[in-house]
Amino acid sequence: MGLLSNTAVLLQKEIQAEYRSHELLTTATVFILIVIVLFSFTFDPTSAESRQFGPGLLWLAFLFSASLMLQPCFLKERANDTLSALRLAVSDPFAIFLAKLCANTIFLIVTELLLLFVFAVFYNVGVLPVFPQLVLVFFLGSLGIATTGTALSAISSQARMREVLLPLLLMPLLVPVLIPSTEATKALLEKDHALRWDWLGILIAFDVVFLTALWLFGEYLLEE
Amino acid sequence: MIKTGVYTFLVCALMGVAAYAAFYVAPTEATMGLVQRIFYLHVPSGMTSLLAFLISFVGSVSYILTRKPKWDWVAVSSAEVGIAFCTVVLLTGPIWAKPAWGVWWAWDARLTATLVLWLLYVAFLILRTMMEDTDRRALVSAFFGIFAFLDVPLVYGSIWWWRTQHPQPVIFSSGALDPTMRRVFNLCWLSATCLMALLIRQRYELEESREELRALEQELEAR
Repeated sequence: MGLLSNTAVLLQKEIQAEYRSHELLTTATVFILIVIVLFSFTFDPTSAESRQFGPGLLWLAFLFSASLMLQPCFLKERANDTLSALRLAVSDPFAIFLAKLCANTIFLIVTELLLLFVFAVFYNVGVLPVFPQLVLVFFLGSLGIATTGTALSAISSQARMREVLLPLLLMPLLVPVLIPSTEATKALLEKDHALRWDWLGILIAFDVVFLTALWLFGEYLLEE
Repeated sequence: MIKTGVYTFLVCALMGVAAYAAFYVAPTEATMGLVQRIFYLHVPSGMTSLLAFLISFVGSVSYILTRKPKWDWVAVSSAEVGIAFCTVVLLTGPIWAKPAWGVWWAWDARLTATLVLWLLYVAFLILRTMMEDTDRRALVSAFFGIFAFLDVPLVYGSIWWWRTQHPQPVIFSSGALDPTMRRVFNLCWLSATCLMALLIRQRYELEESREELRALEQELEAR
């Protein structure tokens, strides 16, 4: 079996597990919802202000919920030592990462899109005219978060204090995702709805650099 | 032991000369005045910390490829020394910024990026304290070390791009550096680099002794 067919099988397994338990999506969605509501108490969410601060708050909420969502990614494999079984099953260990990061990207995007509409209603921001462009920004940002997050989840699952460790490692690393995603979202929500390719370029660079690094060095993280 | 002593003495002497040169030999800058002299500490520290992080990256990659513990020691030693120099940069920056810009912290691109860099490597050190098994710790932290270093250009790029969208304080007008200033600066740079090499070496030897101690303890337990 090649890398892609392995990945497809594992991705199906991840999605099926989530489909049966609904654990990740429910907790992450409710968490972001709480954050968005709490944000509204810290400043006056009028229309003009929310266009200025909204995208930043939204992406911060995504980032925090991602660090929650990514936590169990490798942890759940440790409970019954299923990671060893996975390693034996696949020909290329990168397939394990690839499947997990694809699943995480999908979960992230689903939660982000759900919350985007809540955000649009709460803060009176029109998102429908730029919806496809927003999906592109969300995809590139989520791919970056999922790539680094999946790798760091493999790291933190092996350490003490793993719940605290993952956000600590992940947040500073994600500065180059947070800034371009926020700025690109902000530009899309402004009056002229501009799609800023310069910011998307940074996001693409981030995704490519870390996917390559994971592909080169990821298998060492799965060694016993 | 004697060799280390001689080397330490030489580095101290060099630093003394560099400090003297920075205070008494270099001419006083026309617009910024005396406070500009902090650059002779600030800028070399910044360059040295980047060099130390580069060495740490090389150590991390080499550890993953060869699995020799010495590369892990190189990675952790230089990361720690890099953080020390980076801390100097972050402390001396605001000392200069207050009289020059009127604020301690300006969220200027380079400043912010350096702070993120510092946070990344502090996270690297915290990660190491969370793992007991030495081989595992070496492998995992090498991996994070690579990620952190790859992140640096992206952090600089995105923050630079982000901040340059906003009005910026004017730091330097373009122009050639005074030759005396340039010579003093090079001397300070040399002394900072020598200090870095000395500190990394000392820290590396500490790690070596720790490993030796661990091996002896294991041997004792086995008996």
